[in-house]
Amino acid sequence: MEYLLSSIGLLFCPLVLLYCQDRPDNPPFIESPKEVDYGYQVVVDSLEIPWGMDFISENELLITEKKGELIYAVDGQKTQISGLPFVYQRGQGGLLDVALHPDYRNNKVIYFVTATNTENDNQGGNTALYSAVLNLEDFRLDDLTLLYKATPNTKRPHHWGSRIIFDDQGYLYFAVGDRGQRDITPQDLTTDGGKIYRLHLDGSIPQDNPFVGQPSVKEAIFSYGHRNPQGMFFHNEKKEIWLHEHGPRGGDEINISRKGLNYGWPVISYGINYSGTIFTDKTHQEGMEQPFYYWTPSIGPSGMAISTSDIYPDWKGNIFVGSLTFSYLERLVIENNQVVKREKVLDEIGRVRNVKQSPEGYLFVGVENLGIIKIIPSHENLSTSL
Amino acid sequence: MKTFLLLFSLSSTILFFTVQKNKPLKESIADGEMIYNDFCLQCHLPNGKGVEGAFPALAQADFLFKNIDRSIASLKYGTQEPIIINGIEYNGLMVDQGLEDQEVADVMNYILNSWGNSHPHMITLERVQSIKPND
Repeated sequence: MEYLLSSIGLLFCPLVLLYCQDRPDNPPFIESPKEVDYGYQVVVDSLEIPWGMDFISENELLITEKKGELIYAVDGQKTQISGLPFVYQRGQGGLLDVALHPDYRNNKVIYFVTATNTENDNQGGNTALYSAVLNLEDFRLDDLTLLYKATPNTKRPHHWGSRIIFDDQGYLYFAVGDRGQRDITPQDLTTDGGKIYRLHLDGSIPQDNPFVGQPSVKEAIFSYGHRNPQGMFFHNEKKEIWLHEHGPRGGDEINISRKGLNYGWPVISYGINYSGTIFTDKTHQEGMEQPFYYWTPSIGPSGMAISTSDIYPDWKGNIFVGSLTFSYLERLVIENNQVVKREKVLDEIGRVRNVKQSPEGYLFVGVENLGIIKIIPSHENLSTSL
Repeated sequence: MKTFLLLFSLSSTILFFTVQKNKPLKESIADGEMIYNDFCLQCHLPNGKGVEGAFPALAQADFLFKNIDRSIASLKYGTQEPIIINGIEYNGLMVDQGLEDQEVADVMNYILNSWGNSHPHMITLERVQSIKPND
């Protein structure tokens, strides 16, 4: 019997080995720049995990630290803002993104996403979206309002999302990751997780959301079948919601979120389990969207922005994505609706958590254990060069 | 007599809960493995060997066995202090993962008894509870 078992084992071994291999690297392959005509300056120092940021003005930033601090920084001087709700620290969860209301100048309203537990059920937590009025006289939040709370809570440490963005039609979009429940949340419209959500700016659910009126669905859902989006921006020229999401081992994706569509996680994927085993052999299925691009090997993407200014020669229209895994900022060149070139910017800078374009058009980058840095072209005066 | 009875029932209740709180080592190690897979494995890897210079080794790590309380403190509160493990310096940041005290005890028991590691004394919930940030 033992002999029989080992023979069967031997028979299957090559097959198993074949399936356990990582899928081939996906082109275009990452390049180092031939010429570096830019440097950087640390504009806010001594930050641990600067998860999110937004600009009140060119030199005034609102920054979130994952551990649960909301920081107002003017010319690099930091002041903590009080009045946050309970921030649940659990694995990848904590205080996540922050964004100013499109009419912040007049109403002083900000939005943020955080891991939290509002039910006091001792069952862990889930991602929530809040709004508040930023009171910079007393450095505190007023009128704190819970706009959306994903349910149910779980103690799983994984995949909370999230980013907050706005389109030009008065909608707010944010993400919740699959909460480490791959086989439960992403394909089920009646539960939260693995989704992109669309709300009005006051938190109400738009009546033209794709699943409104269907029995027991979460009506705030805009698209689904996502794993863990931690980078999003509104493509103003194309009027599209661009995002990326962490894959498992291989298969990080860029997707363009469209109303009501299914992005396939975990039914289709270009990745395999961290352990090397496979969970799906499908990369395509009818009714599920193909990614705009996928990264294999995984870069651990976090933060995403498009450069629309004339500040950096040749970078206009390029997409920038932080890499947690490889400690660089990635520049992606897009031509004819395809990624045609990938290049390392700020190689070995540290785990890049976030990237955003400032009001004047500079790229600001949040780096773990470092701070917020500003990329400056060489023809401008540099205080720190690469 | 009444006072005696009260004290007796109180102390047996306390004793009962103390016994209840400390699960057997085998169970703690098994629970700790699940915690490890969810919270630690991505950096410290399935074999506990970490990545040289970036993520400290846990397998047969001299630092770990000489600094058990400090390791527990790192798990509870995070750490940013430079440390030397098996002759290699690490200067990274490990953030507080938000583990409950029992989970810290479980994952310590798993780490201290895996990949060739072995440790005669079980890490108890009480020990984890008693550790302060600077231990």
